[in-house]
Amino acid sequence: MGFKNYIFVCGGTGCESSRSDQIYHSLIDEAARQGVADQVQVIKTGCFGFCEQGPIVKILPEDSFYVQVKPEDAKELISEHVVKGREVTRLLYNKAPRKAYDEVQDIQFYNKQMRIVLKNCGTIDPENIDEYIAAGGYKALEKVLFEMSGDDVIAELKTAGLRGRGGAGFPTWMKWNFTKQAEGDEKYVVCNADEGDPGAYMDRSTLEGDPHAVLEAMTICGKTIGAHHGYIYIRAEYPLAIHRLEVAMKQAREYGLLGKDILGSGFDYDIEIRLGAGAFVCGEETALLQSIEGNRGMPQPRPPFPAVKGLWGKPTVINNVETWANIAQIIVNGGAWFASIGTEDSHGTKVFALTGKICNSGLVEVPMGTTLREIVYDIGGGIAHGKKFKAVQTGGPSGGLITESNLDTPIDFGGLQKIGSMMGSGGMIVMDEDDCIVDVAKFYLNFTVDESCGKCAPCRIGGKSLCNILEKITQGKGEESDIKQIHQIAKAMQMGSLCALGQTAPNPVLSSLRYFPQEYEAHIQDKKCPSGKCKKLISYEINPSKCIGCTACSRKCPVGAISGEVKKPHKINGNVCIKCGVCKDTCKFGAIEIH
Amino acid sequence: MAKLSLSDLHDIREREGKKLKMRDIHGRTVHVVVAMGTSGIEKGAKFTLNAIADEVEKKGLEDVIITQTGSAAPAPEPVVEVFIPGKGLTVYGSVDAEKAKRIVDEHLAGGKPVEDLRIDLEGGV
Repeated sequence: MGFKNYIFVCGGTGCESSRSDQIYHSLIDEAARQGVADQVQVIKTGCFGFCEQGPIVKILPEDSFYVQVKPEDAKELISEHVVKGREVTRLLYNKAPRKAYDEVQDIQFYNKQMRIVLKNCGTIDPENIDEYIAAGGYKALEKVLFEMSGDDVIAELKTAGLRGRGGAGFPTWMKWNFTKQAEGDEKYVVCNADEGDPGAYMDRSTLEGDPHAVLEAMTICGKTIGAHHGYIYIRAEYPLAIHRLEVAMKQAREYGLLGKDILGSGFDYDIEIRLGAGAFVCGEETALLQSIEGNRGMPQPRPPFPAVKGLWGKPTVINNVETWANIAQIIVNGGAWFASIGTEDSHGTKVFALTGKICNSGLVEVPMGTTLREIVYDIGGGIAHGKKFKAVQTGGPSGGLITESNLDTPIDFGGLQKIGSMMGSGGMIVMDEDDCIVDVAKFYLNFTVDESCGKCAPCRIGGKSLCNILEKITQGKGEESDIKQIHQIAKAMQMGSLCALGQTAPNPVLSSLRYFPQEYEAHIQDKKCPSGKCKKLISYEINPSKCIGCTACSRKCPVGAISGEVKKPHKINGNVCIKCGVCKDTCKFGAIEIH
Repeated sequence: MAKLSLSDLHDIREREGKKLKMRDIHGRTVHVVVAMGTSGIEKGAKFTLNAIADEVEKKGLEDVIITQTGSAAPAPEPVVEVFIPGKGLTVYGSVDAEKAKRIVDEHLAGGKPVEDLRIDLEGGV
């Protein structure tokens, strides 16, 4: 018979760093110690997505959603929930017990989500190929090997209208078709798992939670275009994803789902992992291919495109992890099914990594066309600590800002482009009133300057010059002519850079100028930082009418800049103050003000 | 592990799929709740629970969720609740393994509450 309870423990990198692995083992040990080992199955799954509340433990059939669990809680979870059948209320997400037959109370975070890419994340054990097969895995491969021709597969993808999820949104069927039609006896399939946008972890989580989905899709592609070899290019700083991929590949080889004569079809195919050293530019496809070949990761001029001349000069299909994760389900459910989801312009779903000043940080998968407002307020729970929303950065260092006025724009490839941002790979960083827009633009530019490979001058010199100008502005030395110069340099970079890194590097600055010109003006003309972030432009002062002389701030000040007698208003010595803000956080009377 | 043929793959999908289905609660609407407080367990609620689970599996009832709850005292334990959407809640008292089997056969599979085992417990446990 089956088990009475099933315990799912999140095994994503986020939860593992909060000791979820220890929780997993403690639950197994406790179940044995309390004599119920035969009644429960403990399963370590991929990411649940609700990272803000991790580590997450879910127990079925009650569907109890336990959050912020510690290894020490394992004993109580087993003795109370499994042995006695009582939910451990204090660990429940909504902290309230419910009748077993009540409507399963939906957690708002999951309400508007739709899971295609993350279908198996959080429901199966990614290190057990049998569970993937049981969940319908390798059905698509079966279909492609025995029932469909290469043209059928491409036609299905065309009907589906799947567009590349790496950022640019190029139609996947066209890439496959170009490669299929390209001359050559040797062709290659590459998975781009070099996820590098700040704050983005969609691809990592997909690989950690459902590695077989990517392996299956790459094999399908191999059969379709006539390739026998695939590469997964993944950064070395994703050890868990690499481990899960290696386990998955080993199991697939044992089952003959990779290797010679797959399922007796006569088709040979295998996959290798190539580790990247973490250079952002290697996420650019031509640089990535260089890196696989063992060369320095530097972009190459296109055309020729990889579909014609890619890895080792051979026709190559290169897709991003999330794109791969859609393929098998399109084959099984049909292209028309996929096309029915999303908007006219973009079909299917998109996974976003929602981070920054938001209540519910986490991994979110929504149908295309969902508005940003729904993501930020309904799924994300709004801005943390009751602050005011300022903007969202999508598309990472290549993207742009989305402001309050555009919150209701449906999110798809075209929609984001229209408002000066881009889909990007799916990082979504939320900013509140405390974030200085000039400072944010500087952060992204510093990132692209660091990650520029230095091959072409517009990117190498232009990026650095832009950075210098922004630094000048945040230090209060900005001049009127700076804005004009920013536009000039940005234009040169967009037109002259060799690859997307340089072409898109000015985007964060341009979009912040477009939506927040007043913040630049405040920095340049008034020498003021409205958000109080740029330290050179602010000073902390104590409002004597509010200060009651409690001395709390002076005791906390790390540099002894605050002086005053007890019960009398204090003073900050501006020459000593390092503007760390500790006094402001400490004061209970709101007496400390930023000028 | 030998390499799979197509039929091996189908076998695995069927075998493992059953296991996966057992833990999937989506679409299951019938709830059976057994009161498993200390007093209930003392009166044999564990045997009742096992009997229900075995019989549900034997009958292949796929839309049933079996869960536990706390004590039902002072009701005559072991207490078993059956909740069917649209038909409401039925509470049974003094349910031993034998009676549990009847509840599964007659009520869950047959659709007719077992009148002679019913007790009056307003709102359930």
